[in-house]
Amino acid sequence: MGTMISQQLKERFQTLLGRYPVKRSALVPMLLFAQDEIGYVSEEIVEEICRTLDLPRIEVIEVVSYYTMLRRKPAGKFHLQVCTNVSCMLLGGESIYDHCRKRLGIENKQTTSDGTFSLEEVECIGACVGAPAAQINYDFYENLTPEKIDRIIESLTAQGK
Amino acid sequence: MSDYKNPMGESPHQVPVLTKRFGIENSASIDVYLQHDGYKGLEKALTMTSDQVIDEVKKSNLRGRGGAGFPTGMKWGFVPRQSPKPKYIVCNADESEPGTCKDRPLIEKDPHQLIEACIIAGWALESHQGYIYVRGEYRYLIDILDRALGEAYSKGYLGDNIQGSGFKFNLYTHTGAGAYECGEETALLNSLEGLRGFPRIKPPFPAIVGLYGAPTVVNNVETLANIPHILLNGGEWFAKLGCERNGGTRLFCLSGQIARPGIYELPMGFPLRKMIYEVGGGLRDGKKLKAVIPGGSSCPVLTADEIDVPMDFDSLGKIKSMLGSGGVIVIDEDTCMVKLLQRIMQFYAHESCGWCVPCREGTAWIKKLLDRFHAGFGRPDDPDTVADIAGNIMGKTLCPLGDAAAMPTLSIVSKFRHEFEEHLRLGACPHEKAPAPVS
Repeated sequence: MGTMISQQLKERFQTLLGRYPVKRSALVPMLLFAQDEIGYVSEEIVEEICRTLDLPRIEVIEVVSYYTMLRRKPAGKFHLQVCTNVSCMLLGGESIYDHCRKRLGIENKQTTSDGTFSLEEVECIGACVGAPAAQINYDFYENLTPEKIDRIIESLTAQGK
Repeated sequence: MSDYKNPMGESPHQVPVLTKRFGIENSASIDVYLQHDGYKGLEKALTMTSDQVIDEVKKSNLRGRGGAGFPTGMKWGFVPRQSPKPKYIVCNADESEPGTCKDRPLIEKDPHQLIEACIIAGWALESHQGYIYVRGEYRYLIDILDRALGEAYSKGYLGDNIQGSGFKFNLYTHTGAGAYECGEETALLNSLEGLRGFPRIKPPFPAIVGLYGAPTVVNNVETLANIPHILLNGGEWFAKLGCERNGGTRLFCLSGQIARPGIYELPMGFPLRKMIYEVGGGLRDGKKLKAVIPGGSSCPVLTADEIDVPMDFDSLGKIKSMLGSGGVIVIDEDTCMVKLLQRIMQFYAHESCGWCVPCREGTAWIKKLLDRFHAGFGRPDDPDTVADIAGNIMGKTLCPLGDAAAMPTLSIVSKFRHEFEEHLRLGACPHEKAPAPVS
């Protein structure tokens, strides 16, 4: 089963290449934008990027493995990233994270069996004055309580169907 | 369906300079920007020589808002006039210091302020290309910036002949993908070159050998955002906004157990006690203050007895802490400082890039030890061991991440030693009902 690389993504790659005197510079943005579209850094993406940037596979993989946000397997449709760093921890971030674990029945970096949700305990996401906070995909959710998280999960579950 | 609210706090003590356009509808659009002093600093800069612009920045006493507080004018002055290689302007928008969330609204609400600043920096340093490196988690800011950049190009503020001056400057966004280490300027440059974000040996400093081996200035978002105001109103005006050797205002992010969390733009040198009790409304639920992290989790913590201090780089330095990145984290009497340090160290152990042995090994070992200690299995010599490991990280790594892990550690072990002793005496955390399970 292959993941097709869309025309739009290929165009985005070309735009990126035009920005740098050294084309390798486009590597991290290419990986992130590809993951945004496909859901993870698939083998096809790695191959396409190797071709585009003239890089050996190992040099792409070593970069992928360095950056926390890049993943080699799909996450859930809704990737729930709960911050437990200091500002969030002081206002109950860890109990929000625990609540999500129990509610979804999954642990850190796992995905629910239906593929709807995945969970990750993350470091500071820059929402400290709205703590405790989380990001779902790229959206921010702040001033969380267990009840609020329940409502968000319920609403996303309905959306996910 | 995100429910992100306006992070700006409200207080009569605020002095809105960088945030003055935040409340205006459509503040991110170039039309609104142009109606409110937008690109006037650039227009003025284009009538000045490079040296005059740099002198104005030097006069302003602007210091780096990323955390180190290095004088910006001096940093710009290090860039060689003549260079066989093209020079680069890089804006560090990899905001990730725990407790810090000011660059996010600065870009979201007023992207043109930052774009104008980058162009002025380009003019001053005779650079024709710049990049804004945005952390991957702030993905939506890339879209906001790209839109704003498109507007700036179409109105002739970017491109081959800016406002008919003959000056050429191109500016692009660039995204990271989750790495605290990339906030360190040389690691950021490696990341921008498509490599792992490992730090480089300094010297040479980026001003001499930076991006693609060429002279490069790397400045934080908030640092740069001040530049158009300095050009427009003069370095002296800016210097007077703050206090001695610390020009301007600062976006302080008040978080933690504070009654009114928020981002507040206050003059440099604003008293910390007043910030907590008047601006922030004191602690939540009328609790007593135990400690304050004055500028992001890398700073040595202050006890409740140490808050009669002006919030500027020098005053915090005098009491052996740091103004850092402006992330003021307020901690109440019910918080366990051992637990706090354990969580801080979990962060540094996770984010250590692994390049330097003292940091890679030290952070992981301190974290492991504190996990055990906080779970009730502490040994009497543990606090000394923690301090010893931290002392062996301090100053022994290529980049400041090692120091950033060591500084809060050393301060907490020495200032809150009694809390470690209490854990030992009880065989459990006094702040938790039952001993925490070993994780």
